[in-house]
Amino acid sequence: MNVLPKWVDIILIPLINLLLALIVAGIVVIFIGENPVEAMRLLIVGALGSSYGIGFTLFYATSFVFTGLAVAVAFHASLFNIGGEGQAGIAGLGVAIVALNLDHTHWLLVFPLAIIAAALFGAAWAAIPAYLQAKRGSHIVITTIMFNYIASALLIYLLVNQLKVEGAMAPETRRFAEGAHLPFMHEMMGWIGLSMTKTPMNISFIWALMCCVGVWLLIWRTRLGYEIRAFGQSEPAARYAGISPTKIIMIAMLISGALAGMMALNVVVGGFSQKLVNDPIQGAGFVGIAVALMGRSHPVGVLLAAILFGVLYQGGAELAFEMPSISREMILVIQALVILFTGALENMVRGPVTRLFLSLRRGAI
Amino acid sequence: MDLATILQLFDSSLRLATPLLFACLAGLFSERAGIFDIGLEGKILASAFAAGAFAAVTGSAMLGLCAGLVASIMMSLIHGLASITFQGNQIISGVAINFLASGLTALIGQNWFHQGGQTPPLSGSGRFQSLTWPLAEKLNSLPVIGPIYKELISGHNILVYVALLCVPVTWWVLFRTRFGLRLRAVGENPGAVDTAGISVTRLRYQAVIICGILCGLAGVYLSTAMAAGFGREMSAGRGFIALAALIFAKWKPVPALFTCLLFGFLEAVAIRYQSIDLGFGTVPVQFMQALPYILTVVILAGFVGKAIPPKAGGRPYVKER
Repeated sequence: MNVLPKWVDIILIPLINLLLALIVAGIVVIFIGENPVEAMRLLIVGALGSSYGIGFTLFYATSFVFTGLAVAVAFHASLFNIGGEGQAGIAGLGVAIVALNLDHTHWLLVFPLAIIAAALFGAAWAAIPAYLQAKRGSHIVITTIMFNYIASALLIYLLVNQLKVEGAMAPETRRFAEGAHLPFMHEMMGWIGLSMTKTPMNISFIWALMCCVGVWLLIWRTRLGYEIRAFGQSEPAARYAGISPTKIIMIAMLISGALAGMMALNVVVGGFSQKLVNDPIQGAGFVGIAVALMGRSHPVGVLLAAILFGVLYQGGAELAFEMPSISREMILVIQALVILFTGALENMVRGPVTRLFLSLRRGAI
Repeated sequence: MDLATILQLFDSSLRLATPLLFACLAGLFSERAGIFDIGLEGKILASAFAAGAFAAVTGSAMLGLCAGLVASIMMSLIHGLASITFQGNQIISGVAINFLASGLTALIGQNWFHQGGQTPPLSGSGRFQSLTWPLAEKLNSLPVIGPIYKELISGHNILVYVALLCVPVTWWVLFRTRFGLRLRAVGENPGAVDTAGISVTRLRYQAVIICGILCGLAGVYLSTAMAAGFGREMSAGRGFIALAALIFAKWKPVPALFTCLLFGFLEAVAIRYQSIDLGFGTVPVQFMQALPYILTVVILAGFVGKAIPPKAGGRPYVKER
């Protein structure tokens, strides 16, 4: 059935898709009246040209690894978790509750508890859509979209009515005390005698790498992972093999929600803000969709795609600074094009590439 | 609460329900033909921007309307290309369209008008003005009926009436014409339609284009009738509320009207009252804003009547293997 060599499937086709997305983005840049090659150079230099840029790039990438893994795990069970945004937002609440209560202690205590809180809150927010899909057959795409909006309303309500600093205007919590600040990467580098520019990149990045390994082990080295993949490939076959669909849908979505939730660590107690603000997620939940598609739902692919999107976010910000006519929303356009070409229009590239390889093979015989 | 307040509340409900109704009927055509569309939001936004920009540049609301329709149909065709021609994932395509519209409108808007993504304010013929129906002033002195006629029935812009008119038209097209029968069939069992010698591709493209036109009207309404100009992210989740309304209405046109009016009413109440005191406790404004989504989840869960989507929805039609 699959005539393509593996490297074509996991490397060549995503690269062609990315290239197409960049070409269309380049056309948009020309339309605006700027030079796309120069824009690309500014973007890459802004993201990777200094340890400052790299720090920010990897800070953004940390968030995208978590949300990308979340979407990827659900994809393996052929579930589309579009609710990373809401799950991460609610997880932000959990992280903030831990930080607000324990910020007089030490990060060594706060970090593990914040991880647990983020995972529990994120998973809880995914649990209801998962249950409705498993038991009532409600389409998970629609329910998770609805839960994103419900989460955002709930978060604003709690910030305005419960968590806001007395008398302040902005709907946000107080700034956490020193004890809740996760160590920044430049601080950790300092411990081993290396110097690095001050950036918001923090220990969550290392936790994100560990989660990549964890997801790989789960999906390809455990019985549960096998069951998730089997269910994702064919529900009737999985059912016939004695795998409970309810169990797999629930577990896959809970893991997915927990992973999405972990993203909140990076922005609530990890970065510079050190408080829970309104809309702390800033669309990272949706970037996770692009990251998982681009990374073919494999942890290594997700990591690489997350770094790519980190480059886009940091480089895009620098680009908007250097070329004011290209505003920051260019990132959204590129992101949309990547989702379009790698996800929705995938067959547009796959078809011709498959035909090409078939004719090459026929020629070889 | 006196009559005037109630009338004002219903009046703004109707105004707020109009874009929802357009978008909801748009989704209805698309989903009845088996094409899931979570990109309603993006199409509304693209159209609102194009309409706002062209109305501002040309000073004509009608030209704005044309531009809005073109922008929305273009987005629809991308969705059609991905989900019909290339048999891609319709959900992913919808997500991409939402991002594309959100990014492009802000990018081009800033580049074109340098007003932080907004278009210049519209006035006069750049906007759809409200129409005053005959005798509205004279009848106003009549008790109850007069104010209802003046506030609620008369005094809206043409697009509000067009939206209301779209409901019976949609019903008639879907349930009383050959095209409608085929459209519904293609959403339930495209194989059967294909066997009858009717092109599934053609029908689905027609549905997607109708969806684009109706979403376009929703966007045009937002920037040139309800507001005077485009503002960033002005669709503000209306595409998703419309999607919720579509499910709530179980993919039927007349219930869609009532659902949109209900959701419009909830929005009107949320705008007018920051929180509602029920005597035993207050309902926060955020709850009112979340209510359409909560109601939809309840309906989807099937606890209060089951919402069953068209059978072939979301699946690309593959002619042969």
